[in-house]
Amino acid sequence: MRYLPHTKEDIEIMLSRIGISSLDELFPTISENCHSKKLPDLPEALTEWELCDLMNIYSRNTASGTKYKNFIGAGNYEHYIPSTIYYLLERSEFLTAYTPYQPEISQGTLQAVYEYQSLVSRLLGMEVANASLYDGASALAEALLMAIRIKKKKKVLISSLIHPHYRQVVNTYFKFTDFQVDEIPYLENGLTDISILNDTDDVAAVAVQSPNFFGCIESLKSFSEAALKKDMLFIVCFSEPFAYGLLKNPGSQGADIACGEGQSFGVSQLFGGPGLGMFASKMKFVRNMPGRLVGKTNDLDKKRGFVLTLATREQHIRREKATSNICTNNSLCAIAAAIYISSLGGTGLQKLAKLNYDKSEYLKKKFINAGLPATFKSPTFNEFVVKFPKGFKSLRNSILKNKIIPGLCLEKYYPELSDHYLICATETKSKEDLDLFVKEVLS
Amino acid sequence: MKEINEINLPDDLKYSKDHEWARFENQYVTIGVTDYAQDQLGDIVFVELPQKGDVFKKGDEFGNVESIKAVSELYMPLGGKIFEVNAAFENHPDLANTSPYEKGWMIKVENDNADNINDLMGKDKYYKYLQGIE
Repeated sequence: MRYLPHTKEDIEIMLSRIGISSLDELFPTISENCHSKKLPDLPEALTEWELCDLMNIYSRNTASGTKYKNFIGAGNYEHYIPSTIYYLLERSEFLTAYTPYQPEISQGTLQAVYEYQSLVSRLLGMEVANASLYDGASALAEALLMAIRIKKKKKVLISSLIHPHYRQVVNTYFKFTDFQVDEIPYLENGLTDISILNDTDDVAAVAVQSPNFFGCIESLKSFSEAALKKDMLFIVCFSEPFAYGLLKNPGSQGADIACGEGQSFGVSQLFGGPGLGMFASKMKFVRNMPGRLVGKTNDLDKKRGFVLTLATREQHIRREKATSNICTNNSLCAIAAAIYISSLGGTGLQKLAKLNYDKSEYLKKKFINAGLPATFKSPTFNEFVVKFPKGFKSLRNSILKNKIIPGLCLEKYYPELSDHYLICATETKSKEDLDLFVKEVLS
Repeated sequence: MKEINEINLPDDLKYSKDHEWARFENQYVTIGVTDYAQDQLGDIVFVELPQKGDVFKKGDEFGNVESIKAVSELYMPLGGKIFEVNAAFENHPDLANTSPYEKGWMIKVENDNADNINDLMGKDKYYKYLQGIE
Protein backbone atom coordinates (compact mmCIF):
# COMPACT_ATOMS: atom_id res chain seq x y z
CA MET A 1 0.00 0.00 0.00
CA ARG A 2 1.27 3.45 -0.90
CA TYR A 3 1.02 6.04 1.82
CA LEU A 4 2.28 8.97 -0.24
CA PRO A 5 -0.39 10.34 -2.53
CA HIS A 6 1.95 12.23 -4.86
CA THR A 7 3.26 10.69 -8.08
CA LYS A 8 6.70 11.45 -9.46
CA GLU A 9 5.04 13.78 -11.96
CA ASP A 10 3.15 15.62 -9.20
CA ILE A 11 6.38 16.17 -7.32
CA GLU A 12 8.20 17.44 -10.41
CA ILE A 13 5.42 19.91 -11.18
CA MET A 14 5.58 21.24 -7.62
CA LEU A 15 9.38 21.48 -7.64
CA SER A 16 9.46 23.38 -10.95
CA ARG A 17 6.69 25.68 -9.72
CA ILE A 18 8.81 26.84 -6.77
CA GLY A 19 11.98 26.82 -8.87
CA ILE A 20 14.12 24.05 -7.46
CA SER A 21 15.28 20.80 -9.01
CA SER A 22 15.24 18.30 -6.15
CA LEU A 23 13.53 17.66 -2.81
CA ASP A 24 16.90 17.85 -1.04
CA GLU A 25 17.07 21.53 -1.92
CA LEU A 26 14.20 22.08 0.51
CA PHE A 27 16.43 21.24 3.46
CA PRO A 28 19.62 23.29 3.19
CA THR A 29 19.17 24.62 6.74
CA ILE A 30 19.61 21.12 8.16
CA SER A 31 23.29 20.29 8.38
CA GLU A 32 24.65 17.52 6.14
CA ASN A 33 25.51 15.10 8.97
CA CYS A 34 21.91 15.15 10.18
CA HIS A 35 20.57 13.92 6.84
CA SER A 36 19.53 10.29 6.75
CA LYS A 37 20.78 8.89 3.47
CA LYS A 38 19.10 5.53 3.60
CA LEU A 39 16.38 3.81 5.54
CA PRO A 40 17.44 1.68 8.51
CA ASP A 41 17.59 -2.08 7.87
CA LEU A 42 14.25 -3.37 9.01
CA PRO A 43 13.47 -7.07 9.32
CA GLU A 44 10.93 -8.68 7.01
CA ALA A 45 7.30 -8.22 7.96
CA LEU A 46 5.88 -10.86 10.33
CA THR A 47 2.58 -12.70 10.24
CA GLU A 48 0.13 -12.12 13.09
CA TRP A 49 1.15 -15.48 14.65
CA GLU A 50 4.83 -14.68 14.50
CA LEU A 51 4.27 -11.20 15.87
CA CYS A 52 2.24 -12.50 18.82
CA ASP A 53 5.01 -14.97 19.63
CA LEU A 54 7.57 -12.20 19.52
CA MET A 55 5.52 -9.92 21.77
CA ASN A 56 5.00 -12.79 24.22
CA ILE A 57 8.76 -13.21 24.46
CA TYR A 58 9.17 -9.49 25.14
CA SER A 59 6.40 -9.65 27.70
CA ARG A 60 8.03 -12.61 29.53
CA ASN A 61 11.28 -10.67 29.77
CA THR A 62 9.64 -7.58 31.22
CA ALA A 63 9.04 -7.11 34.92
CA SER A 64 5.40 -6.32 34.49
CA GLY A 65 2.08 -8.05 34.60
CA THR A 66 0.88 -10.56 37.13
CA LYS A 67 4.07 -12.64 37.33
CA TYR A 68 5.94 -9.95 39.24
CA LYS A 69 5.10 -8.52 42.63
CA ASN A 70 5.83 -4.86 42.10
CA PHE A 71 6.30 -2.67 45.19
CA ILE A 72 7.03 0.50 43.26
CA GLY A 73 4.36 3.20 43.16
CA ALA A 74 6.00 6.62 42.96
CA GLY A 75 3.34 8.25 40.83
CA ASN A 76 2.15 5.24 38.85
CA TYR A 77 0.06 2.79 40.83
CA GLU A 78 -1.06 -0.77 40.36
CA HIS A 79 -4.77 -0.97 41.12
CA TYR A 80 -7.20 -3.63 40.05
CA ILE A 81 -9.15 -2.51 36.99
CA PRO A 82 -12.62 -4.07 36.75
CA SER A 83 -13.60 -5.45 33.34
CA THR A 84 -16.50 -3.01 33.11
CA ILE A 85 -13.94 -0.30 32.36
CA TYR A 86 -12.48 -2.05 29.31
CA TYR A 87 -15.88 -3.16 28.09
CA LEU A 88 -17.39 0.32 28.19
CA LEU A 89 -14.26 2.12 26.97
CA GLU A 90 -14.05 -0.06 23.90
CA ARG A 91 -17.46 1.06 22.73
CA SER A 92 -16.77 2.86 19.49
CA GLU A 93 -18.74 5.92 20.62
CA PHE A 94 -16.05 6.52 23.25
CA LEU A 95 -13.03 4.89 21.65
CA THR A 96 -13.06 6.67 18.31
CA ALA A 97 -14.32 10.08 19.38
CA TYR A 98 -12.01 13.06 19.19
CA THR A 99 -12.39 16.13 21.35
CA PRO A 100 -16.03 17.09 20.82
CA TYR A 101 -16.24 20.42 19.03
CA GLN A 102 -19.74 19.87 17.72
CA PRO A 103 -22.24 19.49 20.53
CA GLU A 104 -24.98 18.57 18.06
CA ILE A 105 -23.37 15.21 17.37
CA SER A 106 -21.33 14.66 20.54
CA GLN A 107 -23.93 14.56 23.32
CA GLY A 108 -22.80 11.15 24.62
CA THR A 109 -19.11 12.04 24.88
CA LEU A 110 -19.91 15.46 26.31
CA GLN A 111 -22.18 13.98 28.94
CA ALA A 112 -19.55 11.39 29.92
CA VAL A 113 -16.94 14.15 30.28
CA TYR A 114 -19.42 16.29 32.24
CA GLU A 115 -19.95 13.36 34.62
CA TYR A 116 -16.16 13.05 34.96
CA GLN A 117 -15.90 16.76 35.84
CA SER A 118 -18.68 16.43 38.42
CA LEU A 119 -17.01 13.40 40.04
CA VAL A 120 -13.60 15.12 40.15
CA SER A 121 -15.15 18.23 41.70
CA ARG A 122 -16.76 16.14 44.41
CA LEU A 123 -13.68 14.02 45.05
CA LEU A 124 -11.41 17.04 45.41
CA GLY A 125 -14.01 19.24 47.12
CA MET A 126 -13.59 21.94 44.48
CA GLU A 127 -16.23 24.05 42.74
CA VAL A 128 -15.25 23.37 39.14
CA ALA A 129 -13.11 20.79 37.32
CA ASN A 130 -12.01 20.84 33.70
CA ALA A 131 -12.30 18.04 31.14
CA SER A 132 -8.72 16.88 32.05
CA LEU A 133 -5.18 17.67 30.95
CA TYR A 134 -2.39 15.32 29.81
CA ASP A 135 -1.06 14.17 33.16
CA GLY A 136 -0.29 15.24 36.72
CA ALA A 137 2.97 16.92 35.73
CA SER A 138 1.53 19.20 33.04
CA ALA A 139 -1.49 19.88 35.26
CA LEU A 140 0.83 21.24 37.96
CA ALA A 141 2.75 23.42 35.48
CA GLU A 142 -0.54 24.79 34.15
CA ALA A 143 -1.76 25.45 37.72
CA LEU A 144 1.35 27.50 38.48
CA LEU A 145 0.93 29.53 35.28
CA MET A 146 -2.73 30.08 36.14
CA ALA A 147 -1.75 31.44 39.57
CA ILE A 148 0.76 33.79 37.94
CA ARG A 149 -2.01 35.11 35.66
CA ILE A 150 -4.37 35.66 38.57
CA LYS A 151 -1.91 37.20 41.03
CA LYS A 152 0.18 39.04 38.41
CA LYS A 153 3.37 38.11 40.25
CA LYS A 154 6.40 36.41 38.79
CA LYS A 155 7.47 33.91 41.40
CA VAL A 156 6.05 30.58 42.61
CA LEU A 157 7.10 28.19 45.36
CA ILE A 158 6.94 24.44 44.98
CA SER A 159 7.66 21.78 47.57
CA SER A 160 10.73 19.61 46.97
CA LEU A 161 8.45 16.70 47.91
CA ILE A 162 6.40 17.11 44.77
CA HIS A 163 7.06 14.20 42.38
CA PRO A 164 10.53 14.77 40.81
CA HIS A 165 9.16 14.26 37.28
CA TYR A 166 6.46 16.89 37.89
CA ARG A 167 9.11 19.36 39.03
CA GLN A 168 11.15 18.57 35.94
CA VAL A 169 8.16 19.31 33.70
CA VAL A 170 7.48 22.55 35.61
CA ASN A 171 11.08 23.63 35.03
CA THR A 172 10.75 22.85 31.33
CA TYR A 173 7.55 24.93 31.10
CA PHE A 174 9.21 27.81 32.94
CA LYS A 175 12.64 27.66 31.32
CA PHE A 176 11.95 30.30 28.67
CA THR A 177 9.69 32.56 30.72
CA ASP A 178 10.47 35.47 33.05
CA PHE A 179 8.96 33.51 35.92
CA GLN A 180 10.88 32.03 38.80
CA VAL A 181 10.31 28.67 40.51
CA ASP A 182 11.79 28.22 43.98
CA GLU A 183 11.82 24.85 45.73
CA ILE A 184 10.94 24.53 49.41
CA PRO A 185 13.18 22.09 51.31
CA TYR A 186 11.78 19.25 53.40
CA LEU A 187 12.18 18.49 57.08
CA GLU A 188 13.33 15.42 59.02
CA ASN A 189 9.73 14.35 59.53
CA GLY A 190 9.23 13.96 55.77
CA LEU A 191 7.10 17.08 55.38
CA THR A 192 7.57 20.33 53.47
CA ASP A 193 9.16 23.14 55.53
CA ILE A 194 6.24 25.53 55.93
CA SER A 195 8.35 28.10 57.81
CA ILE A 196 9.80 29.21 54.45
CA LEU A 197 6.50 30.95 53.75
CA ASN A 198 7.05 33.43 56.60
CA ASP A 199 10.08 34.93 54.89
CA THR A 200 8.66 35.08 51.38
CA ASP A 201 6.86 37.93 49.74
CA ASP A 202 5.59 38.78 46.29
CA VAL A 203 4.84 35.17 45.40
CA ALA A 204 1.91 34.12 43.19
CA ALA A 205 1.41 30.65 44.63
CA VAL A 206 2.72 27.83 46.75
CA ALA A 207 2.28 24.23 45.56
CA VAL A 208 2.36 21.25 47.90
CA GLN A 209 1.78 17.58 47.12
CA SER A 210 -0.21 15.43 49.54
CA PRO A 211 0.42 12.60 50.06
CA ASN A 212 3.87 13.84 49.09
CA PHE A 213 6.52 11.89 47.16
CA PHE A 214 7.57 10.10 50.38
CA GLY A 215 3.94 9.10 50.97
CA CYS A 216 3.64 11.50 53.93
CA ILE A 217 0.42 13.42 54.47
CA GLU A 218 1.02 17.17 54.52
CA SER A 219 -0.89 19.56 56.75
CA LEU A 220 -2.80 21.28 53.97
CA LYS A 221 -4.78 23.47 56.34
CA SER A 222 -1.61 25.08 57.75
CA PHE A 223 -0.35 25.78 54.23
CA SER A 224 -3.62 27.33 53.09
CA GLU A 225 -3.68 29.61 56.15
CA ALA A 226 -0.06 30.66 55.63
CA ALA A 227 -0.69 31.23 51.91
CA LEU A 228 -3.74 33.38 52.62
CA LYS A 229 -1.72 35.56 55.00
CA LYS A 230 0.88 36.14 52.29
CA ASP A 231 -1.73 36.77 49.58
CA MET A 232 -0.64 33.81 47.47
CA LEU A 233 -2.77 31.07 45.95
CA PHE A 234 -2.57 27.60 47.43
CA ILE A 235 -2.16 24.75 44.95
CA VAL A 236 -2.62 21.18 46.12
CA CYS A 237 -0.98 18.58 43.92
CA PHE A 238 -1.34 14.80 44.11
CA SER A 239 -0.10 11.64 42.44
CA GLU A 240 -2.41 9.25 44.31
CA PRO A 241 -5.96 10.65 44.40
CA PHE A 242 -7.14 7.47 46.16
CA ALA A 243 -5.91 9.17 49.32
CA TYR A 244 -8.92 11.49 49.18
CA GLY A 245 -11.20 8.52 49.63
CA LEU A 246 -9.91 8.55 53.19
CA LEU A 247 -8.32 11.93 53.89
CA LYS A 248 -9.87 15.41 53.91
CA ASN A 249 -10.05 16.70 50.35
CA PRO A 250 -8.05 19.72 49.10
CA GLY A 251 -11.11 21.97 48.80
CA SER A 252 -12.10 21.54 52.44
CA GLN A 253 -8.53 22.43 53.41
CA GLY A 254 -8.59 25.73 51.56
CA ALA A 255 -7.03 24.85 48.20
CA ASP A 256 -7.50 27.44 45.45
CA ILE A 257 -6.42 24.95 42.77
CA ALA A 258 -6.18 21.14 43.05
CA CYS A 259 -4.37 19.22 40.36
CA GLY A 260 -2.60 15.93 39.83
CA GLU A 261 -2.50 12.49 38.32
CA GLY A 262 -5.66 10.40 38.00
CA GLN A 263 -4.07 7.20 36.63
CA SER A 264 -5.08 5.33 39.78
CA PHE A 265 -8.71 5.48 38.70
CA GLY A 266 -9.05 2.78 36.09
CA VAL A 267 -6.17 3.74 33.79
CA SER A 268 -3.60 0.99 33.12
CA GLN A 269 0.03 1.58 34.02
CA LEU A 270 0.97 1.30 30.34
CA PHE A 271 4.77 1.78 30.66
CA GLY A 272 4.12 5.04 32.48
CA GLY A 273 1.62 6.78 30.20
CA PRO A 274 -0.72 8.20 29.02
CA GLY A 275 -1.88 9.56 32.33
CA LEU A 276 -4.83 11.67 33.37
CA GLY A 277 -4.32 15.27 34.40
CA MET A 278 -7.00 16.15 36.92
CA PHE A 279 -7.55 19.88 37.37
CA ALA A 280 -10.01 21.75 39.54
CA SER A 281 -10.32 25.20 41.07
CA LYS A 282 -12.56 27.67 42.81
CA MET A 283 -15.33 28.99 40.58
CA LYS A 284 -14.09 32.57 40.80
CA PHE A 285 -10.95 31.55 38.88
CA VAL A 286 -12.76 29.63 36.14
CA ARG A 287 -11.93 32.16 33.43
CA ASN A 288 -8.25 31.68 34.09
CA MET A 289 -8.46 27.90 33.98
CA PRO A 290 -6.58 26.03 31.24
CA GLY A 291 -8.10 23.32 29.07
CA ARG A 292 -11.53 22.32 27.91
CA LEU A 293 -14.66 22.65 29.95
CA VAL A 294 -17.97 20.90 29.37
CA GLY A 295 -21.11 22.64 30.55
CA LYS A 296 -24.76 21.72 30.91
CA THR A 297 -27.43 23.92 29.38
CA ASN A 298 -30.94 23.94 27.91
CA ASP A 299 -31.71 24.17 24.22
CA LEU A 300 -34.50 26.29 22.68
CA ASP A 301 -37.05 23.61 23.55
CA LYS A 302 -35.86 23.65 27.18
CA LYS A 303 -34.30 20.21 26.78
CA ARG A 304 -31.07 19.41 28.60
CA GLY A 305 -27.93 19.49 26.49
CA PHE A 306 -24.14 19.52 26.92
CA VAL A 307 -21.68 21.90 25.27
CA LEU A 308 -18.07 22.97 25.37
CA THR A 309 -18.24 26.16 27.38
CA LEU A 310 -16.08 29.20 28.10
CA ALA A 311 -14.15 28.42 24.92
CA THR A 312 -13.20 32.11 24.68
CA ARG A 313 -10.35 31.28 27.08
CA GLU A 314 -8.92 28.91 24.54
CA GLN A 315 -6.21 29.11 21.94
CA HIS A 316 -8.29 28.63 18.82
CA ILE A 317 -10.35 31.70 19.73
CA ARG A 318 -8.09 33.87 21.83
CA ARG A 319 -4.74 33.14 20.20
CA GLU A 320 -1.78 34.46 22.17
CA LYS A 321 -3.98 35.57 25.08
CA ALA A 322 -5.32 32.08 25.68
CA THR A 323 -5.05 30.59 29.16
CA SER A 324 -3.06 27.64 27.80
CA ASN A 325 -1.84 26.11 24.57
CA ILE A 326 -3.64 22.92 25.53
CA CYS A 327 -6.83 22.78 23.49
CA THR A 328 -7.66 19.15 24.07
CA ASN A 329 -8.19 16.67 26.89
CA ASN A 330 -7.37 13.06 27.72
CA SER A 331 -10.96 12.11 27.07
CA LEU A 332 -10.65 8.34 27.03
CA CYS A 333 -8.65 8.27 30.27
CA ALA A 334 -11.09 10.75 31.83
CA ILE A 335 -14.03 8.56 30.84
CA ALA A 336 -12.21 5.51 32.27
CA ALA A 337 -11.85 7.41 35.56
CA ALA A 338 -15.52 8.43 35.49
CA ILE A 339 -16.59 4.81 34.98
CA TYR A 340 -14.17 3.61 37.66
CA ILE A 341 -15.26 6.14 40.30
CA SER A 342 -18.95 5.63 39.61
CA SER A 343 -18.51 1.83 39.72
CA LEU A 344 -16.99 2.13 43.19
CA GLY A 345 -19.39 4.80 44.45
CA GLY A 346 -18.67 6.96 47.50
CA THR A 347 -18.54 4.13 50.01
CA GLY A 348 -16.65 1.81 47.66
CA LEU A 349 -13.98 4.43 47.13
CA GLN A 350 -13.63 4.91 50.87
CA LYS A 351 -13.45 1.15 51.50
CA LEU A 352 -10.83 0.60 48.83
CA ALA A 353 -8.80 3.58 50.06
CA LYS A 354 -8.91 2.09 53.56
CA LEU A 355 -7.79 -1.26 52.19
CA ASN A 356 -4.83 0.42 50.47
CA TYR A 357 -3.96 2.23 53.67
CA ASP A 358 -4.19 -0.98 55.74
CA LYS A 359 -1.95 -2.96 53.36
CA SER A 360 0.82 -0.38 53.46
CA GLU A 361 0.47 0.05 57.24
CA TYR A 362 0.78 -3.73 57.67
CA LEU A 363 3.92 -3.73 55.55
CA LYS A 364 5.32 -0.74 57.42
CA LYS A 365 4.76 -2.53 60.72
CA LYS A 366 6.43 -5.71 59.46
CA PHE A 367 9.50 -3.67 58.58
CA ILE A 368 9.47 -1.96 61.99
CA ASN A 369 9.33 -5.38 63.70
CA ALA A 370 12.25 -6.44 61.54
CA GLY A 371 14.29 -3.46 62.78
CA LEU A 372 13.78 -1.38 59.66
CA PRO A 373 11.59 1.56 60.73
CA ALA A 374 10.17 4.03 58.23
CA THR A 375 12.63 6.90 57.74
CA PHE A 376 10.01 9.62 58.12
CA LYS A 377 7.73 9.57 61.12
CA SER A 378 4.76 11.46 59.65
CA PRO A 379 1.61 9.48 58.82
CA THR A 380 1.59 8.05 55.29
CA PHE A 381 -0.84 6.77 52.70
CA ASN A 382 0.04 3.80 50.45
CA GLU A 383 3.75 4.58 50.35
CA PHE A 384 6.62 5.05 52.78
CA VAL A 385 10.41 5.29 52.83
CA VAL A 386 12.68 2.69 54.43
CA LYS A 387 16.46 2.66 54.67
CA PHE A 388 17.72 -0.77 53.77
CA PRO A 389 21.04 -2.08 55.14
CA LYS A 390 24.21 -1.19 53.25
CA GLY A 391 24.93 -3.63 50.47
CA PHE A 392 21.25 -4.04 49.71
CA LYS A 393 21.95 -3.36 46.05
CA SER A 394 23.41 -6.83 45.51
CA LEU A 395 20.62 -8.46 47.51
CA ARG A 396 18.16 -6.52 45.35
CA ASN A 397 19.22 -8.48 42.27
CA SER A 398 18.46 -11.81 43.91
CA ILE A 399 15.11 -10.49 45.11
CA LEU A 400 14.38 -9.43 41.54
CA LYS A 401 15.16 -12.96 40.39
CA ASN A 402 12.38 -14.15 42.71
CA LYS A 403 10.04 -11.84 40.81
CA ILE A 404 9.71 -9.21 43.52
CA ILE A 405 10.49 -5.56 42.75
CA PRO A 406 11.46 -4.13 46.13
CA GLY A 407 10.62 -0.42 45.83
CA LEU A 408 12.20 2.58 44.17
CA CYS A 409 15.76 3.59 45.03
CA LEU A 410 15.52 7.29 46.01
CA GLU A 411 19.20 8.20 45.61
CA LYS A 412 18.76 9.28 41.99
CA TYR A 413 16.14 11.88 42.98
CA TYR A 414 17.37 12.74 46.47
CA PRO A 415 21.17 12.13 46.56
CA GLU A 416 21.19 12.54 50.35
CA LEU A 417 18.95 9.47 50.66
CA SER A 418 21.34 6.71 49.61
CA ASP A 419 20.07 3.19 50.48
CA HIS A 420 16.58 4.64 50.96
CA TYR A 421 13.70 3.01 49.11
CA LEU A 422 10.18 4.22 48.43
CA ILE A 423 7.85 1.29 48.96
CA CYS A 424 4.26 1.03 47.85
CA ALA A 425 1.58 -1.52 48.65
CA THR A 426 -1.86 -1.25 47.08
CA GLU A 427 -4.90 -3.52 47.33
CA THR A 428 -3.32 -5.78 44.69
CA LYS A 429 -0.87 -7.25 47.24
CA SER A 430 -2.02 -10.16 49.41
CA LYS A 431 -0.82 -10.76 52.97
CA GLU A 432 1.39 -13.55 51.58
CA ASP A 433 2.95 -11.13 49.08
CA LEU A 434 3.70 -8.63 51.85
CA ASP A 435 5.15 -11.30 54.18
CA LEU A 436 7.26 -12.75 51.38
CA PHE A 437 8.64 -9.32 50.48
CA VAL A 438 9.81 -8.65 54.05
CA LYS A 439 11.27 -12.15 54.29
CA GLU A 440 13.23 -11.65 51.07
CA VAL A 441 14.64 -8.30 52.26
CA LEU A 442 15.78 -9.88 55.54
CA SER A 443 17.33 -12.94 53.87
CA MET B 1 -24.89 44.57 13.05
CA LYS B 2 -25.51 48.29 12.82
CA GLU B 3 -24.64 50.49 9.87
CA ILE B 4 -22.16 53.26 10.75
CA ASN B 5 -24.89 55.93 10.56
CA GLU B 6 -26.94 53.93 13.08
CA ILE B 7 -24.21 54.07 15.74
CA ASN B 8 -25.18 56.22 18.69
CA LEU B 9 -22.46 58.77 19.50
CA PRO B 10 -23.37 61.33 22.20
CA ASP B 11 -22.07 64.86 21.65
CA ASP B 12 -20.59 65.37 25.12
CA LEU B 13 -18.12 62.44 25.01
CA LYS B 14 -14.56 61.97 23.85
CA TYR B 15 -13.55 58.84 21.94
CA SER B 16 -10.39 56.73 21.51
CA LYS B 17 -9.18 54.65 18.56
CA ASP B 18 -9.66 51.54 20.71
CA HIS B 19 -13.38 52.36 20.89
CA GLU B 20 -13.55 53.54 24.48
CA TRP B 21 -15.43 56.69 25.40
CA ALA B 22 -14.60 59.18 28.15
CA ARG B 23 -16.89 61.64 29.90
CA PHE B 24 -14.95 64.45 31.61
CA GLU B 25 -16.44 65.74 34.79
CA ASN B 26 -14.88 67.91 37.50
CA GLN B 27 -13.18 65.37 39.70
CA TYR B 28 -13.11 62.31 37.52
CA VAL B 29 -13.46 60.85 34.04
CA THR B 30 -16.00 58.12 33.38
CA ILE B 31 -14.96 55.47 30.85
CA GLY B 32 -16.81 52.77 28.90
CA VAL B 33 -16.94 51.16 25.47
CA THR B 34 -18.71 52.78 22.53
CA ASP B 35 -21.94 51.70 20.88
CA TYR B 36 -19.80 50.61 17.91
CA ALA B 37 -17.65 48.37 20.14
CA GLN B 38 -20.58 46.69 21.88
CA ASP B 39 -22.30 46.15 18.53
CA GLN B 40 -19.20 44.51 17.07
CA LEU B 41 -18.66 42.30 20.12
CA GLY B 42 -22.19 40.95 20.25
CA ASP B 43 -23.76 39.59 23.45
CA ILE B 44 -21.40 40.36 26.31
CA VAL B 45 -21.31 37.62 28.96
CA PHE B 46 -18.51 38.73 31.26
CA VAL B 47 -16.63 41.94 32.05
CA GLU B 48 -13.39 41.88 33.99
CA LEU B 49 -12.51 45.23 35.57
CA PRO B 50 -9.60 46.48 37.73
CA GLN B 51 -9.64 47.29 41.44
CA LYS B 52 -10.21 50.72 42.95
CA GLY B 53 -6.83 52.34 43.49
CA ASP B 54 -5.07 50.65 40.57
CA VAL B 55 -2.99 53.04 38.50
CA PHE B 56 -2.73 52.86 34.70
CA LYS B 57 -1.00 54.73 31.91
CA LYS B 58 -2.76 55.74 28.73
CA GLY B 59 -2.98 52.69 26.46
CA ASP B 60 -2.64 50.17 29.30
CA GLU B 61 -4.98 47.20 29.37
CA PHE B 62 -7.41 47.76 32.26
CA GLY B 63 -9.68 44.76 31.80
CA ASN B 64 -11.44 42.65 29.22
CA VAL B 65 -14.85 42.02 27.78
CA GLU B 66 -15.97 38.51 26.96
CA SER B 67 -18.70 38.08 24.40
CA ILE B 68 -20.06 34.80 23.08
CA LYS B 69 -17.60 35.18 20.19
CA ALA B 70 -14.37 36.43 21.67
CA VAL B 71 -12.51 38.05 24.53
CA SER B 72 -11.36 41.61 23.84
CA GLU B 73 -9.05 43.77 25.88
CA LEU B 74 -10.03 47.17 27.25
CA TYR B 75 -7.47 49.95 26.89
CA MET B 76 -7.18 53.14 28.92
CA PRO B 77 -8.06 56.18 26.76
CA LEU B 78 -6.06 58.22 29.29
CA GLY B 79 -3.83 57.62 32.31
CA GLY B 80 -4.85 57.79 35.95
CA LYS B 81 -5.87 56.17 39.19
CA ILE B 82 -9.09 54.15 39.41
CA PHE B 83 -11.59 56.05 41.52
CA GLU B 84 -14.61 53.77 41.13
CA VAL B 85 -15.54 50.55 39.33
CA ASN B 86 -19.04 49.69 38.13
CA ALA B 87 -20.01 46.76 40.35
CA ALA B 88 -23.24 46.21 38.42
CA PHE B 89 -21.33 44.22 35.77
CA GLU B 90 -20.89 41.33 38.16
CA ASN B 91 -24.53 40.32 37.76
CA HIS B 92 -25.41 42.21 34.58
CA PRO B 93 -22.60 41.91 32.03
CA ASP B 94 -25.08 42.84 29.28
CA LEU B 95 -25.25 46.45 30.56
CA ALA B 96 -22.51 47.31 28.06
CA ASN B 97 -24.87 46.14 25.31
CA THR B 98 -28.11 47.66 26.56
CA SER B 99 -26.79 50.95 27.91
CA PRO B 100 -23.20 51.55 26.77
CA TYR B 101 -23.11 55.23 27.77
CA GLU B 102 -25.20 55.24 30.95
CA LYS B 103 -25.69 52.13 33.09
CA GLY B 104 -22.87 50.39 31.20
CA TRP B 105 -20.08 52.75 32.31
CA MET B 106 -17.05 50.75 33.41
CA ILE B 107 -14.60 52.79 35.45
CA LYS B 108 -14.13 56.27 36.85
CA VAL B 109 -10.59 57.64 36.84
CA GLU B 110 -9.26 60.57 38.87
CA ASN B 111 -8.95 63.54 36.58
CA ASP B 112 -5.56 64.95 37.38
CA ASN B 113 -4.21 65.66 33.93
CA ALA B 114 -5.86 68.47 31.98
CA ASP B 115 -4.05 67.52 28.78
CA ASN B 116 -5.84 64.18 28.69
CA ILE B 117 -8.81 65.63 26.91
CA ASN B 118 -6.82 66.90 23.91
CA ASP B 119 -5.51 63.46 22.96
CA LEU B 120 -8.98 62.10 22.28
CA MET B 121 -11.37 62.45 19.36
CA GLY B 122 -14.61 64.40 19.36
CA LYS B 123 -17.81 62.86 18.00
CA ASP B 124 -17.28 63.94 14.38
CA LYS B 125 -13.66 62.85 14.21
CA TYR B 126 -14.51 59.45 15.71
CA TYR B 127 -17.38 59.07 13.25
CA LYS B 128 -14.97 59.66 10.36
CA TYR B 129 -12.53 57.21 11.95
CA LEU B 130 -15.29 54.56 11.99
CA GLN B 131 -16.06 55.23 8.32
CA GLY B 132 -12.39 54.58 7.57
CA ILE B 133 -12.53 51.19 9.37
CA GLU B 134 -15.59 49.90 7.58
